[in-house]
Amino acid sequence: MELEILKSEIEAAIPDCRLEIVPNPAPSAQHSLRVAPEHGLAVAFFLRDSCQFDFCTNVTGVDWPAKELTEKIKVKQLVDGEEKEVDQVRKTTVPGSLEAVYHLYSVERGLGPLPLRMRTTDRESGVHLPSLTSVWRSAEFQEREIYDLYGIVFDGHPDLRRILMWDGFEDHPMRRDYVEPDDYEYEPTAHDEVLARAKEHAAKANTV
Amino acid sequence: MSRDRGSRLLGEGIIKGLAETARNFFGSYVSKQRLTTVQYPEERIPQDESFRNFPFLVYDGSDPEAGLRCVSCQICEKECPPKCIFIEKSKDKKPDAVGKPQFYPTVFDIDVSVCMSCQICVEVCPFEAIKMDVKYDYPTESRFAALLFDKHQLTKSNDYYHQIHPTEASAVDAALAAEREAAATKAAAAAAKAAAAKPAATAGAPGTATASAATSTVTPPSDTTAGEPR
Amino acid sequence: MTTAWAPITEPNATETPSLGQPAPRPAVPVTSDSALAEQYLEISMGPQHPSTHGVFRMNVVLDGERVIQLKPVFGYLHRNHEKIAETESYLGNMPYTDRLDYICSITNNWAYALAVEKLGGIEVPERAEYIRVITGELTRLQNHACLLGFLLQDMGASGTPLMYAFREREKVLDLFESLTGARMMCNYLRFGGCRVDLPAGWLDRAKAFLAEFPRFLDEFERLLVDNEILMERTQNVGVLSRELAVSSAISGPMARASGLNYDIRKADTYSIYSRFSFRVPLGHHGDVYDRYMIRFLEMHESVKILEQAMRDIPAGPIQNPAVKARLFRPKPGEAYGRIESPKGELGFYLISDGSGIPYRYRVRPPSLINLTVLEDLCLGRNVADVIAILGSVDIVMGEVDR
Repeated sequence: MELEILKSEIEAAIPDCRLEIVPNPAPSAQHSLRVAPEHGLAVAFFLRDSCQFDFCTNVTGVDWPAKELTEKIKVKQLVDGEEKEVDQVRKTTVPGSLEAVYHLYSVERGLGPLPLRMRTTDRESGVHLPSLTSVWRSAEFQEREIYDLYGIVFDGHPDLRRILMWDGFEDHPMRRDYVEPDDYEYEPTAHDEVLARAKEHAAKANTV
Repeated sequence: MSRDRGSRLLGEGIIKGLAETARNFFGSYVSKQRLTTVQYPEERIPQDESFRNFPFLVYDGSDPEAGLRCVSCQICEKECPPKCIFIEKSKDKKPDAVGKPQFYPTVFDIDVSVCMSCQICVEVCPFEAIKMDVKYDYPTESRFAALLFDKHQLTKSNDYYHQIHPTEASAVDAALAAEREAAATKAAAAAAKAAAAKPAATAGAPGTATASAATSTVTPPSDTTAGEPR
Repeated sequence: MTTAWAPITEPNATETPSLGQPAPRPAVPVTSDSALAEQYLEISMGPQHPSTHGVFRMNVVLDGERVIQLKPVFGYLHRNHEKIAETESYLGNMPYTDRLDYICSITNNWAYALAVEKLGGIEVPERAEYIRVITGELTRLQNHACLLGFLLQDMGASGTPLMYAFREREKVLDLFESLTGARMMCNYLRFGGCRVDLPAGWLDRAKAFLAEFPRFLDEFERLLVDNEILMERTQNVGVLSRELAVSSAISGPMARASGLNYDIRKADTYSIYSRFSFRVPLGHHGDVYDRYMIRFLEMHESVKILEQAMRDIPAGPIQNPAVKARLFRPKPGEAYGRIESPKGELGFYLISDGSGIPYRYRVRPPSLINLTVLEDLCLGRNVADVIAILGSVDIVMGEVDR
């Protein structure tokens, strides 16, 4: 597969960089390349300069919240002096993370799209990723948008501040666990009797 | 056109442009094509038939309650993108236009200040019950309450539908008629089969069984056909 | 059309990429001398401004009339479209895509439908593809007419060329109204086809419109193209170099005016564009004049595509029967689908988790990406040039902010 070849080329050029191919089960077959954040900048420069992926069209963020997996496993336990296999329910938490996805194209070679992904360590404090603005200028505004809406802090970005929300805004709206505030500063669409009817309807729909 | 003026006089381009403007100005007195202003609201551009703005509920016949096509399946409510439809289903059933007992909506409100006339509700309705209206001017004094249309305001007759969208309404009528016919023939076939089976089962019984089977051929379509999406 | 500025398609210049060199940044000549710094004037152009193409704000620092810093500020039309899309079904998102670049609703629908079709592996019947091309190119015509009018309006030709352009645009909108039911918010395309077929007589009306359209283009050319004021104000103003265009992922007419030969209709050959013969106009200088002329020439090319499409459109179904619009559940996976919208590359990135609602829905807005270089283009120019440059970028705030 072409992506395998690309991966081995990158690994040859940048020693001990951690790369993995993320397969895409959809018919679009756009498999991604995930790179560890510490090697992100080096891999990006290599892709731009040696592989001519000079057109980074789309930079976006994805939120993967923490998931709890429950599975039934058999455990050997002492029951009444005998060793038996007992069913136990084991719950594991897969830690959540935020992800930045870069879609790369090559204008001259006509290649693409190559999604390049980087994951943060977690969703609370370990949300730093290297900024690829120095590689592709198009990442400038889009990384600002990811910072604004997801909360990923891009180290090395020339001007990291909010872009769509206003400057004093707190929290990051596109996260899956974002709760919108109850005290709207603006008038909601429905008002007076209409709002009352919509609320009572919603309440009824939830209880039914 | 080229990037430099070449050998043209200074101002020649501007004069050519003004000549074009003059042609349009004087031409508007002679040619209708150049005069595109319409003196609204005294003069109105005739609306195209396919224009759509805000939905309404269709009823057949002359009684808005009895002929209402809507059976309160609430599919339009679920699919509406801005969630501006509020429906409450009835507890009892009433016979619909063909006589089959169906649920009906006791409350059917559409908040037209939210509705974006995307006509997805029309597309997903399996019963041809909700269609797009064409009226676009609804000046009201109350900003919100007056733009919450209730069932009474939304229900309009099939004749009105024919007036505003003639080709579409004729197509819908033909489709509904074909559906009813198909259902009727299916019911007749089922009844005939039942009538044929009965004398074989009850060998000694007189022909009363067949007579009762024959009178019940006017049964409305069975449950399965009414609930199927089209 | 005989012109000295004939469109050419030049082969891509292969430049040796510089290794490890960072992407170009604007040189901001802001002095640290506080006395001089006090002389700089900081103005905020917008968000309510007749020439900023919507609610768009630019914080401009001026030295007299010269721009020494420009920071665009937007988000005034942010309607959290992407978050709403995470709560609506795939079909329910289609009307919202109309409202992204609200002038070109059908190409927005097309990009979304393309992304979903890539995600679900859905095929589109031939007649539907032809209808998509016809309506898509009509959208391009009316968008470029709109842009030409607005650019000239912003530069002071108060209303006349705008109204001439809108006169033609009205004809296209009337065609859309009789086809889709709405002039601008068409909500016409579906996954695997189109919503309704062409009504009787529509194609003839479209052909009649197309027969007259080149006359409008010639009229517009006579009206303004040789105009000295226009030439003085737009030539060598806001020059965008090809390297910066590639690095900033500028796409569409803005990139092609800088000599970057990248048209997604030719590069990706999505839909049935490979069947039509049309050229891609390129510019040499990358200034406002080139961006203006590029759109002019693109309209001519669109007319050619339309003629071919309307001649060759076959009969047949307009919707893939295997796809249910309602209760559409693609398998888990992701897809990035893009088209050449009139503004540039419009892409949709969808992640599906197997349910009927997208897990992640991202719009790649060409207007936002094209704004990345606004500062670079405006540095050192006058304030009046800022308006002309912004007009030539062709932004629609619905797309920038989503």
